[in-house]
Amino acid sequence: MKWATCDLTDYALRKADDTLVLGQRLSQWCGHGPVLEQDIALTNVALDLIGQARGYYQMAAAWRADGSTEDDLAYRRDVPQFGNHLLVELPNGHWGDTLVRQFFFDTYNFYLLEHLAHSPVTALSELAQKAYKEVSYHAQFSAEWVIRLGDGTDESRAKVVESIAHLWPYTGELFEDTDLDRRLAEAGAVPLPSSLRSLWLQKVEEVLALATLELPDPAAYMQKGGLHGRHTEHLGFLLAEMQFLPRAYPDAKW
Amino acid sequence: MSVHPDAWPLWEVFVRSKNGLAHKHSGSLHAPDAETALKSARDVYTRRSEGISIWVIPSSAIVASAPDEREPLFAPSDDKPYRHPTFYDIPDEVGHM
Repeated sequence: MKWATCDLTDYALRKADDTLVLGQRLSQWCGHGPVLEQDIALTNVALDLIGQARGYYQMAAAWRADGSTEDDLAYRRDVPQFGNHLLVELPNGHWGDTLVRQFFFDTYNFYLLEHLAHSPVTALSELAQKAYKEVSYHAQFSAEWVIRLGDGTDESRAKVVESIAHLWPYTGELFEDTDLDRRLAEAGAVPLPSSLRSLWLQKVEEVLALATLELPDPAAYMQKGGLHGRHTEHLGFLLAEMQFLPRAYPDAKW
Repeated sequence: MSVHPDAWPLWEVFVRSKNGLAHKHSGSLHAPDAETALKSARDVYTRRSEGISIWVIPSSAIVASAPDEREPLFAPSDDKPYRHPTFYDIPDEVGHM
């Protein structure tokens, strides 16, 4: 059975939304990092993610073939049309919150891209091969920060333990198999999200052990909804800020 | 800026560019340890494809000549132009050297 182009379009849109929303979140740190060097490091990650989002949006726009552009998809869709995971839209919080969120997402993105790099869908595999190199670095960067904070001072440890407890319920959704995922996975186009879970758990447990922290209960209650357009109250504010200019000046060029 | 950058030592960063033969001084940064200094150097000094190899060295490990010793150290070579190999006649056939 061959995959349907409309399914691929929706799939690319979800990945685009994940990377755009997280890129936008990280860009909010620009000029506010704890030290200059880390400010630049996080901004680099933000730019990589926005670059990946562009790739996915261009792909989706090409598959839609209805004249819509990457900008239309990024700037003229509202909250219920966004299919990103809830994790990436959560507020930045403090440095530890941001880096734990990043560590959870980077580790997921790393294994996702590793598999997508072998997709028979050329557009997906080409993007994944390029993004894989970027995300390998992101995953290393955020993991090292989790280790540093967990195995750091009493204060950094207490804060990061709280960050993990707060963000953990948003990690289950990363491995939710929707009907769309099942159809595409059955056609061999993409990995089934649930198939990445054990790899993710193993890596997260390994890094948390190095950070002298405990892995939270994998069977805990998990938040869901993002993939179906049901978002937290935070996404609307993020989109309002991000989309203001293209909505107020629809034909603006820059 | 909640963490005072002085809490972290200063490192000097040397980058070897794609077609460069030697590492060149690019600048400095603050980092808690060598590994982080390397990572930060990658982010701060090679984000426009400037390099393929990085060295980081604790700034405190660098021994510099003193500015007020400039005369005795460097002035004596100013009047010894014969130390430059500019007095040889090069045959035209050799071309650009």
